[in-house]
Amino acid sequence: MQPVFLLTDLFVYAILLFVLWYMWRVRSDRNLRANWRLAMQRPVSMVSSIVLGFFLVIALADSVHYREALPASTGQTSTQYSSEASSLLDNLLKPLATARERSYSEPLSAVAFRKETFERDGVSVRDYPRLRFGGKHLQDPASELSADVSRKSWTALGLGAAIVVSLMLLGLALAMAQTGQSFSVVLTRFRNGQTLWPWRSMTITFAVLVMSITWVVMLSQGYHVFGTDRTGNSVLVFALKSVRTALVIGGLTTLVVLPLALLLGVTAGYLRGWVDEAIQYLYTLLASIPDVLLIAASVLLLQVFIDKNQGVFETSLERADARLFFLCLILGITSFTGLCRLVRGETLKLRELEYIQSARAFGVSTPRVLWRHIVPNLMHLVLINTVMQFSSFVLAEAVLSYVGVGVDPKTASFGVMINTARAELAATPLVWWTLATAFGFMFLIVLSANLLADAVRDAFDPRTRLRSASSVANTTQEVAA
Amino acid sequence: MFRFLTRKLAYGFAILIGINLLTFVLFFKVNTPDDMARMQLGGKRVTPDAIEKWKAERGYDRPLFFNEKEQGVAQVTNTLFLDSSLRMFAFDFGRADSGRDIASEIVRRAGPSIALALPTFVVGLGISIVLALGLAFFRATYLDFWGTVLCVVFMSISSLFFIVMGQFMFSRVFQLMPVSGFAPGMDAWRFLVLPIAVGILARLGGEVRFNRTLFMEEIGKDYVRTARSKGLSEARVLLVHVLRNALIPILSASVAVIPLLFMGSLITESFFAIPGLGSYLIEAIAGQDFAIVRAMVFIGSFLYIVGLILTDISYTLADPRIRLQ
Repeated sequence: MQPVFLLTDLFVYAILLFVLWYMWRVRSDRNLRANWRLAMQRPVSMVSSIVLGFFLVIALADSVHYREALPASTGQTSTQYSSEASSLLDNLLKPLATARERSYSEPLSAVAFRKETFERDGVSVRDYPRLRFGGKHLQDPASELSADVSRKSWTALGLGAAIVVSLMLLGLALAMAQTGQSFSVVLTRFRNGQTLWPWRSMTITFAVLVMSITWVVMLSQGYHVFGTDRTGNSVLVFALKSVRTALVIGGLTTLVVLPLALLLGVTAGYLRGWVDEAIQYLYTLLASIPDVLLIAASVLLLQVFIDKNQGVFETSLERADARLFFLCLILGITSFTGLCRLVRGETLKLRELEYIQSARAFGVSTPRVLWRHIVPNLMHLVLINTVMQFSSFVLAEAVLSYVGVGVDPKTASFGVMINTARAELAATPLVWWTLATAFGFMFLIVLSANLLADAVRDAFDPRTRLRSASSVANTTQEVAA
Repeated sequence: MFRFLTRKLAYGFAILIGINLLTFVLFFKVNTPDDMARMQLGGKRVTPDAIEKWKAERGYDRPLFFNEKEQGVAQVTNTLFLDSSLRMFAFDFGRADSGRDIASEIVRRAGPSIALALPTFVVGLGISIVLALGLAFFRATYLDFWGTVLCVVFMSISSLFFIVMGQFMFSRVFQLMPVSGFAPGMDAWRFLVLPIAVGILARLGGEVRFNRTLFMEEIGKDYVRTARSKGLSEARVLLVHVLRNALIPILSASVAVIPLLFMGSLITESFFAIPGLGSYLIEAIAGQDFAIVRAMVFIGSFLYIVGLILTDISYTLADPRIRLQ
């Protein structure tokens, strides 16, 4: 096995390290810890974090790439490696990915989607042919399919429930040991949601997640759970691989936006004068070009560059990955302007405050004032903006890929899925499962990102915190009156 | 007012110059006229003569920034950059690689684009303000809570789904309107209703939530409490006092939406096959026609800058306290 580090892989690892470092910082900083506690003690944010965490694990598994060793032939001295890199997720999904059908098949089906003429018992008939993989263990699909599916489903749900219940009992036992309360007290508090952390909501989410996973895994042994696409590939595999694309776009673009907006915004606001003018000019310039045009133009140029320099990239995977990386870069450059403007405005306000003035009077150097006094006081803005923008990048990827200026057409992404679904919806009979799967996955990711962003904003933004406090006060007054 | 406007216009002009330079460098430094010729003429078996001829026909045979063959001022003016830029500022966009006049094409296609974007923008803004006011009226009730939740749900659905599903439901299942296409004149509405509805729906969640936040911020202020203590009804407080004051941030946010509107109708137009500017651009991108893309970038930025200046003016109309300086 030979590890392969794609460009985006490295950045995924970098983001992971950054998040770990940030968590370590939160642990050691009292104010940060209090804010995060405020955000995460809301059930909604815990629920969405669990869902996002699940998708993150998938994306990470899809970000560990390597080239497998080929079976040694006779007389061979050194190990030969496969020419295409595959990921950990690819290998986990291998049985599904290799179980290809000829064309479309409905979810949980044992026969193909369209009638074909084929030989049966020596006679040429026109009927729905059996699938190669889906339901091949059945003797007579027409009579056995529903019973087999429901039997597998119940087993899967039972298994999932068993896992959840045993973990729950373990958790309750831990809570008993920690608080020293009796089992019934702990259970009642858990059931009524009277715990410090939203354990009840977390358990429900976890249970739903575990049961869905066991169900999908169990049924994937014998069926294509979400059907197959035109070329007979499993839609489930494609959707799972799209998760990484979506999260990489969201995360990597944010990583591009942050330093750019922070650096330019702070210097513009603090130094003022011609530096301010120049930076303002720069971001107005970028903001006034309609995003999609700039992105389209840059992606076109990139395509020309890639076509000209075929030698730079060893495999087609690397080529597609380079395009993904540059897409994030371009998307980041076109969308840092909002945050930059915000940071500049806030810096203008901060620099007039007394503690900054006194720091300057003491002769603290400019970079030090910026780094020690200004930037930490901007972090809440940056954090709020970051989490709010994440979901919009995920949505933007789908749109751009649809227009044809997004990811490489060979890269799995939700935009590509929706694009194919468009033609399928016009076909008779209707092929609905590609669109439904893309919709489901994308909706889950974006919804949980949005909900988490809301909670973070409420906890970190002093204005909304004040407002929610005052609205509570208002309602209590109204009730009292 | 006059000084303010001239300053703003000058700044806008400077931005346009910058954009022009940026797009020029992007298009002509990375993608040389030779590449363009080869792309347009097709394939690798194009003779050098054919390339030279193609370039000469379109004026691409001149140097980019500095012409050594000329004397004096012409060294700078008779170059690809200055010539094409000056033409662009005079709204002369030249010809597309296919040979058609870009400016007249843009004028022709502006009609359908406006017929789509304007109702989407105006009606959408109206609906979102009404809904947000409603949520603010019922604040801290279940209606408000679930309304806000619904907004977040709407925000989480990609606009592509609204388009695909809208087309599927209304054109295929109910067969109420054509799937796509366009007709000039009064017949256009049959083709426009669905794209407009889809466009409004796709942006509704985010807008309602944003406007609701603005209203809630206003409601917390002292003057609102004073108005209430005068004995005004809640509806009157909201409609007369809060709405008026919240309109300023709504207006300023609306301008930020104009480029988005451009992007939104870009996709809507190509989906519904409406022959507007958006689909023109998509076709140009697909055909790698840089002359069109560059002209469209210029127009798009021009509109954005005009929008910015218009917001500044609309501020004074909405709130006489703001003086333009």
